[in-house]
Amino acid sequence: MTRRWLLGLSVGLVCALLAGASWAQEEKAAQPVETPAAVVAEPTTLPVAPATPAAATPPAAHLAGAYDTGSTAWLMVSAALVFFMMPGLALFYGGMCRAKNVLNMFMCVMVCVPIVCVEWVAYGYSMAFAVPSAITSDAGQDDQGVAKPPLSYLGWDPGLVLFKSFSQVTPVDGPSSFGKTVTSGDTTAAISTGVPELLFAMFQMMFAIITPALIVGAIAERVKFNAWCLFVLLWATVVYNPVCHWVWNVNGWLFQKGVLDFAGGTVVHVLAGVSALALILILPKRRGYPGGQFLPHSIGWTLLGAGMLMVGWFGFNAGSAVAIGKDYLPVAGATAVMAFAATAIAGSAAAGSWMVAEWLHSGKPTSLGVGSGMVAGLVVITPCAGHVSPGSALFIGLIGGIVCFFAVLAKQKIKYDDSLDVVGVHGVGGALGALLVGIFAVRPVMGGFDQFSLQVQGLLATGVYAFVCTIIIGTLIHKTIGFTVDEQTEDEGLDLAEHGEAAYRLT
Amino acid sequence: MKKIEAIIRHFKLEEVKEALTKINVVGMTVTECKGFGRQKGHKEQYRGAEYTVDFLPKTKLEVVVTDGQVQAAIDAIVAGARTGKIGDGKIFVSNLENVVRIRTGESGESAV
Repeated sequence: MTRRWLLGLSVGLVCALLAGASWAQEEKAAQPVETPAAVVAEPTTLPVAPATPAAATPPAAHLAGAYDTGSTAWLMVSAALVFFMMPGLALFYGGMCRAKNVLNMFMCVMVCVPIVCVEWVAYGYSMAFAVPSAITSDAGQDDQGVAKPPLSYLGWDPGLVLFKSFSQVTPVDGPSSFGKTVTSGDTTAAISTGVPELLFAMFQMMFAIITPALIVGAIAERVKFNAWCLFVLLWATVVYNPVCHWVWNVNGWLFQKGVLDFAGGTVVHVLAGVSALALILILPKRRGYPGGQFLPHSIGWTLLGAGMLMVGWFGFNAGSAVAIGKDYLPVAGATAVMAFAATAIAGSAAAGSWMVAEWLHSGKPTSLGVGSGMVAGLVVITPCAGHVSPGSALFIGLIGGIVCFFAVLAKQKIKYDDSLDVVGVHGVGGALGALLVGIFAVRPVMGGFDQFSLQVQGLLATGVYAFVCTIIIGTLIHKTIGFTVDEQTEDEGLDLAEHGEAAYRLT
Repeated sequence: MKKIEAIIRHFKLEEVKEALTKINVVGMTVTECKGFGRQKGHKEQYRGAEYTVDFLPKTKLEVVVTDGQVQAAIDAIVAGARTGKIGDGKIFVSNLENVVRIRTGESGESAV
């Protein structure tokens, strides 16, 4: 009990300090713009002040020139759709747990929302997408002898800490009032996508939230809640933010090399899958595994969750058209449509191919298999979505369902307790997609051997980094506060012991 | 008075209830339960992993009858619950000391 209080207290204290420090700075910075804001806010002066900047420059026309309203609207919807994947994931995972652990599963997924949101606003976005980089190396020169931009390994911009750059809203500021209109991390706005940066930051926040949540499926039914909360914060900071910077920031070293990752096959699924594998290796198995009765308590929930995930995935993939670059604008345009189609096609195809593979291999087509196959197909198409043709998406989906089915089967051979098959679905599926995009890409570059070897490099760099970091973070937590619950808690169920609640009651 | 406990297949409950109602058995208690006998368990598969589930879902029926009704009640249950395949269930009959109707306080056969 004391340990838990201490943990909560220290997290709260750090947040309060961070917030306090930034407000103090913000106050100074905000002073110059206070005057027009005060004038607008004062109702009595409004009718007798026709000469305010707002009246002199009609904001509507001004904004229309800078923002692409269609793209902005689509990206806002996409961000909400990605958030919708959180309850989807909670149901998907919760249904596969035993009835005594389902609320704990919900909590472990949903707690990523507050933890990562605070982290992202406080410093995560700055680490991932700031352009003034903290660590860089020289990239040499291109064929014409012109110096290439330096390779960046980590971003840092004090202006983005606590989203300070986004705090000014005045009519005259127009396009820059919510930050500039950016292309993936290009905060100098050299290439305008017509989407305000604050929205880009929010869209990316949803990705940062769901990625650690994916990991918990691997250590479900035995993870200690306070340890999980601590892990999410550390992992998001140490693993997600830097890798996100490498792959998606226009200055990131993997982005500069030309590694393709449309919507997060590497950044989201490989990271989650590899980290899940690392945790499985260092943490104890569930008591009685293998051999015990670890049966899903409500497949219906899992299928409902899988359906919600697919709906959310349309935003996840088609919204990621924001990042493909200046030659493929607008954001809500052809690339988004391609990504949308690829997502629908691959998810559906994989549901079928997993079902058929299971039918032939194990004798029966199962509903859990169809749900799992659909998610596997969506994982595999994630890095490919806007880069490949619809025909390739069909093929990638069919392959994805079969490969992930056999990856999940392999778990039983090696006797790892990956509770809900995160490694088999997200790790293997993400890696497969990250490699296949190197072969099937048609835009912005053509796939082939060169692109494939780039993809291998990207996969190895991110995979090894995530694996090593997760081993270190996981071991630290396990040796100090303990990462898994004691035997009695595991037997009684995590819902009652960890949260004091029961999911089901007869009356 | 006798208490009859019958473990039956869940989808046979309706037929057993009809048969008992016909011979004027006016009340019964039903519980969803799990268990196994000669039928043993069955196999379930989740993501390619096969599990043997030993305890099968069954329905337990409890009725209390007067001594004169016992044979008719047993016949009714057998008639309603039989499929002829392994796993049809069992009937247990035991002596009952007393019955009390809570609302009126009556006891014995008049409370059945």
